Amino acid sequence: MSNSKKEMLDTIRKAISDVPEAEKPGDIEILRMYMQEGNLPGTEIVHLFMERVGEYQATVKQVGKKDLVDVVDERCQKHSVNRLVVPEGFPKEFLPTSVTPLFDFIDKPLSHLELDESDGVITTCAHAVAQTGTIILNAGNGQGRRALTLVPDYHLCLVHQDQILHLIPEGFKALEGSVKKERRPITFISGPSATSDIELSRVEGVHGPRRLDVIIYR
Amino acid sequence: MMNRSNYDPTFEESANAYLSNTQLRKNIGHATHTIREKRKDVVDEMPDWEELRKAGRQIKTKVMRHLDTYLLQLEASVQKAGGHVHWARDAEEANRIIVDLVKQKEVQDVVKVKSITTDEIQLNKALAKEGVQALETDLAELIVQLAEDEPSHILVPAIHKNRAEIRELFREKLDQKELSDRPEDLAEAARAYLRKKFLNAKVGISGANFGVAETGTVAVVESEGNGRMCTTLPDTLITVMGIEKIIPRWKDFEVFMQLLPRSSTAERMNPYNSFWTGVAEGDGPQEFHLVLLDNGRSNVLADEIGRQTLHCIRCSACLNVCPVYERTGGHAYHSVYPGPIGAILTPQLKGLDNESAASLPYASTLCGACYEVCPVKINIPDVLVHLRGKIVDHKKREGGIKQKTDPEHIGMKMMARAFASQHRYERGQKLARMGQKFFVKDGTISKLPGQLSGWTAMRDLKPIPDQTFREWWRERDE
Repeated sequence: MSNSKKEMLDTIRKAISDVPEAEKPGDIEILRMYMQEGNLPGTEIVHLFMERVGEYQATVKQVGKKDLVDVVDERCQKHSVNRLVVPEGFPKEFLPTSVTPLFDFIDKPLSHLELDESDGVITTCAHAVAQTGTIILNAGNGQGRRALTLVPDYHLCLVHQDQILHLIPEGFKALEGSVKKERRPITFISGPSATSDIELSRVEGVHGPRRLDVIIYR
Repeated sequence: MMNRSNYDPTFEESANAYLSNTQLRKNIGHATHTIREKRKDVVDEMPDWEELRKAGRQIKTKVMRHLDTYLLQLEASVQKAGGHVHWARDAEEANRIIVDLVKQKEVQDVVKVKSITTDEIQLNKALAKEGVQALETDLAELIVQLAEDEPSHILVPAIHKNRAEIRELFREKLDQKELSDRPEDLAEAARAYLRKKFLNAKVGISGANFGVAETGTVAVVESEGNGRMCTTLPDTLITVMGIEKIIPRWKDFEVFMQLLPRSSTAERMNPYNSFWTGVAEGDGPQEFHLVLLDNGRSNVLADEIGRQTLHCIRCSACLNVCPVYERTGGHAYHSVYPGPIGAILTPQLKGLDNESAASLPYASTLCGACYEVCPVKINIPDVLVHLRGKIVDHKKREGGIKQKTDPEHIGMKMMARAFASQHRYERGQKLARMGQKFFVKDGTISKLPGQLSGWTAMRDLKPIPDQTFREWWRERDE
């Protein structure tokens, strides 16, 4: 053990010497009296999610699966997106023919520059949380590595309506496996990139994607 | 005598100067009032807010009582996930570890996410000494860095500057002559300036909002995306984390990730939260170092009342509601931790021998607004009073005859005697009632003579009434 580590631990142990030796961390029970599970029916969860995402100045649409590709097309046209970054495992049937896909493969990843020069990225997600209007990515199929949803200026995210959970605690619970077993990186996205640094008022658009569209399909 | 171990003035000395800066007061007053209202709205919509606060406090209390166990667990988890862990007793040691790591990579510059902990240890200076430029990428930190200024708020370090001042700064430093003062345009200018640097960065440096002992996961909570840039794009990531930032389990995020954004930026959720667990193959930095920093934290831990100061999750809600902070701004505190939380954290980190730090527990009216809004229920007024007591004791111990003849000391001694006996107390009251006649004007006393003038310099005093309740009661019986 390094000297610093030993000394730090000794100092800390001395500092908490008032704690009875017999007390173990597990002895202290945390009273979790807050809401851990939501109580809204499915359709209301979807509505709440749409409302909350909308408040972040992101565009939200709800479509049936058969219209999905048309709406993707419409969104890309609207944002003048041609070169569209597509992560590995993204369902190709959701890609409109009007765009030029830039595929990112694990053995042949796009460079930072290629990502920067793209017009946008399309991904799926792992989960979503209605309470806070949050999209959760866990680098799974169709979501890709973290840089893909960060460097391009436009992010189009597809959310299946069954992926939407009501409350934040449900979101963290759903991720337990991804983190504990697979050690995947997790990203929460709530609206486009923003800052509150000038006079404490929220302004959209700094370093991450400045435009975010969310399409909910069933 | 107390030594002045650095050259910082006391709070009282510098507050006066800042109070007369009306532009600063206007900027800060505007910003804190805006956020106060918004915070109230997003907190009021949570039916279980109090339960979340209680759970937050309990979890943090548990961590502090078993910090050694959790640190070892965190170390093991991070190593298992492919990361390296370093232990730093103080700022100097942390800086040496980081400088060595950066030098191994043979780079001229590093990109940094806003981190108060690295401000605390003055990492940028240490890197500059070795010829490495640390580039601040958070908009507010960039503003502070370009202006060669000091941070003045935990969340928004450039809160003391308004949009017009920022425009002038960017026009000059970023060579943007045509820039307007619209916040959107200012943000755009920062985006353009930093983009290339992000894409080519080899080393990123970050702080940490939380570190999970159970899984080794580290979290950075942010708005702009610069945090994601710094923790995702470089090949190497170095994270500096105060030892108090540990939470035991992944599950505990469900508490803190609700408490923090609503208390901090007054949002249901801030735009980006990154959670990484060691190194992920093919995704993000392939080398990860976690530096665990003490730097005075174990001193705070050793004080059973002061210990709760370490529960702080750096939301800054206490700054935004503080009547003192609102008027003086953050610079008067001469610490990277200003406001109510700074008034209890700084003196405990730096020690009571530091006269500037030891003046901070007096920078409060004890109104308790900070305790009301604290998401982890740190009883800041309690700790303030406790520290004031410690400072008086410390002065007494360190002080010679001069301290013992100090009017405050003698006054307190006399008060203690008077309050100890009913007889003496009532006699004192009668004397004061006769004596005060010369000073009462329009029902208040606004100027006392001699040694007592200190009390009325800042506030008016209500005169002692002509008849006390006890006197009235006795007369009534007769």
